Amino acid sequence: MDMLDPLIHAERWMLEGKEVVIATVVKTWGSAPRPVGSHLVICEDGTFEGSVSGGCVEGAVIEEASEVMKSGEPKMLEFGVADETAWRVGLSCGGRIEVYLERVG
Amino acid sequence: MDPNLLKKLNIERAARRACAVVTDLSDGRDRLVKQAGSDVIQGPLGNAIQAALRSGKSSIFDTEGRRFFINAHVPALRIVVIGAVHISQALAQIAKAVDYTIDIVDPRTAFATPERFPGVDVYAQWPEDYLAAHPLDTYTALVAVSHDPKIDDAPLIEALYANCLYVGALGSRKTHSKRVERLAEAGILQEKISRISSPIGLDIAAASPAEIAVAIMAEIIQVLRLRDGA
Repeated sequence: MDMLDPLIHAERWMLEGKEVVIATVVKTWGSAPRPVGSHLVICEDGTFEGSVSGGCVEGAVIEEASEVMKSGEPKMLEFGVADETAWRVGLSCGGRIEVYLERVG
Repeated sequence: MDPNLLKKLNIERAARRACAVVTDLSDGRDRLVKQAGSDVIQGPLGNAIQAALRSGKSSIFDTEGRRFFINAHVPALRIVVIGAVHISQALAQIAKAVDYTIDIVDPRTAFATPERFPGVDVYAQWPEDYLAAHPLDTYTALVAVSHDPKIDDAPLIEALYANCLYVGALGSRKTHSKRVERLAEAGILQEKISRISSPIGLDIAAASPAEIAVAIMAEIIQVLRLRDGA
């Protein structure tokens, strides 16, 4: 497994004693850039690896991750062009995705 | 996610063993299910997990009023090419383009050189020695193109026993019928032998080495994606 593998990074950060949030694509509708099961992992120091889209919603997911990091409560996020936030964080491809955020530990 | 689960998951993935992370989306509790593990889950959820492990497809599964996410982690496709020949050189470049791992194995040191295969792992050794260190599995495609029975036959037999995803061998119908005879004499069952794809590759009337490599790769992709239920 190579240096692009997000779960390897997540484990390393965890072993360094850092807080880690794992974001996972759990559902897609229409044309979605990344398949179900794809991961974006976020470290407490702001570093992240992997992807849940083609870069369109990563910023929003990382923002939400800080809250999950604090509370420890998992969270489900939905992104799609139908959202009122479409111009900010919508998927330009016209798809819709559901992303599950959870803290490690 | 449970920290211990993350560690175990990465161990399974590094060892190229299929497993699934099953998360109860209502309370966030998760567990790791191995394909050949003793911790088999019964009922509809268990069946859905096994189906996900076979296909490699992750999905949400609703049962008894609860919502689970089954994340199937199956090893990435690896292609093992026996024979560092002209076709293999083209196949190595195509494999890189479609992002598959590819190993080239050939005991003939004049063929198996890093210069002929830039950016690809080349093993100038007998297939038996390579396979002892890199065992075949159901997520591996074996392509035998050395055209020499001394080199090709043993790994072909091993691939059939390992139930490799794809087993292909270069050769005309006449060459292949002789190969079938040899394998039968070696005690390999006919139903196993018939898994060998030969003439190798999708029938696109390929003629040049690069075209044959395209046909081989197309056939591997077809077998892989049909397994996924696409």
